[in-house]
Amino acid sequence: MYNYLSGGFLAYLNRDLLLGIRNKSDLIKPLIFFLLVSALVPLAIAPEADRLAQLAPGIIWIFAVLATLLSVERLFSDDLQDGSLEQMLISPNLLILPILGKITAHWLMIGLPLALLSPVIGVWLSLPSVAFVPMMLSLAIGTAVLSLIGAVGAALTLPRQGGVLLALLVMPLYMPVLIFGSATIQSAVDGLTWTAPLAILAAFLAIAIALCPLAINVSLRLAKNG
Amino acid sequence: MASTNILKIEKLAFERNDALLFEPVSLELNPGEALHIEGENGAGKTTFFQILINLLEPSGGSIHFRGQKFGDCRYEYLSDVLFIGHQSAVKGDLSVEENLRWMSPADTSSEEITSALRSVGLEHHANMPCFRLSAGQQRRVALARLMTTSASLWYLDEPFAALDKQGVEFIEDRMQSHLDQGGAIVFSSHQDLVKTTTRSYRLNPCRELV
Repeated sequence: MYNYLSGGFLAYLNRDLLLGIRNKSDLIKPLIFFLLVSALVPLAIAPEADRLAQLAPGIIWIFAVLATLLSVERLFSDDLQDGSLEQMLISPNLLILPILGKITAHWLMIGLPLALLSPVIGVWLSLPSVAFVPMMLSLAIGTAVLSLIGAVGAALTLPRQGGVLLALLVMPLYMPVLIFGSATIQSAVDGLTWTAPLAILAAFLAIAIALCPLAINVSLRLAKNG
Repeated sequence: MASTNILKIEKLAFERNDALLFEPVSLELNPGEALHIEGENGAGKTTFFQILINLLEPSGGSIHFRGQKFGDCRYEYLSDVLFIGHQSAVKGDLSVEENLRWMSPADTSSEEITSALRSVGLEHHANMPCFRLSAGQQRRVALARLMTTSASLWYLDEPFAALDKQGVEFIEDRMQSHLDQGGAIVFSSHQDLVKTTTRSYRLNPCRELV
């Protein structure tokens, strides 16, 4: 038997996408941050193509991590405030699907646009064009892991809205993603096989999809209970 | 005999700061009955509802739903419950219609949505974002769920807050028709219902240490 809130992945995915589109400034903020900060790099460091290209893989990934971190903290706090989290928690179905729906919406609005925008930054930072495809792939996969891990942090820091505690909690978990993400781009620049670090990123994603929703489920219930 | 009641609560207690929040609650609810939970501010009415919908763990006592212990029928219970709390879960950025659609069962047709909006008097605002509405109108959006739900057990925490006279009257009518169809309602309110006969239960503050 069905009940309200229909409990599904698609219901939450659609709703959060719709909310994101209605609230454009929140949606665009991390992307603008990503672009603006990257535009400053050639000014702050020398605008020499060789030196920039050396730093580019690391820089792009650091900014991607920060942009995700900025946006993930409100993933659950708005829902907690207006009572829709309560409604989600009392749905008779498994919570995992709504949670994954919300995270997928977050990735579609933050991670995927970042990956699609990254060639622009690649050009600014004189990244060799052979590295563009590996860069986009690593960002697309890596930011999905970042969204999942960030959501665990956002759920754990409820009822407060993330902030410093969130950054402290998730940063250590972001490090492996950062390392293998930038290694993917670096390998492509150096002419090595870049599919190996990318495969490790994909493995992280598989683990995160399996484990993070479980952790989020428990911490959301704790947030309501505490 | 035990299965005629839809809800049976025995010695339900909740501890906060090493003290019981209210005196342990024991009550039964039969189909067609409305139970009015009374209590002063801070008596634990909202907490009581949160225990009923399993958001908070009680520190003692038991809840039986249609004769089954809560733990054995979690899915059946929660799919038969409608809860509208203080925070109405209405999203300001979504339109009135989108909010109602999202909070209604997946198989609700658009005619049902329209007629639900008409009955709460919001059919002309269907496409308006909810943040533009007044507090009472937002409450009406949340309460429009009463029209589309198929749940038989309703938990309404302060349903009449911010509603005007007409709105209260309308919600009372809807509650009455739900009771006539064999549903049951537990609600909290600081005002008495005019049209519906209700039993009331008072949550008494408890000073006793555990």
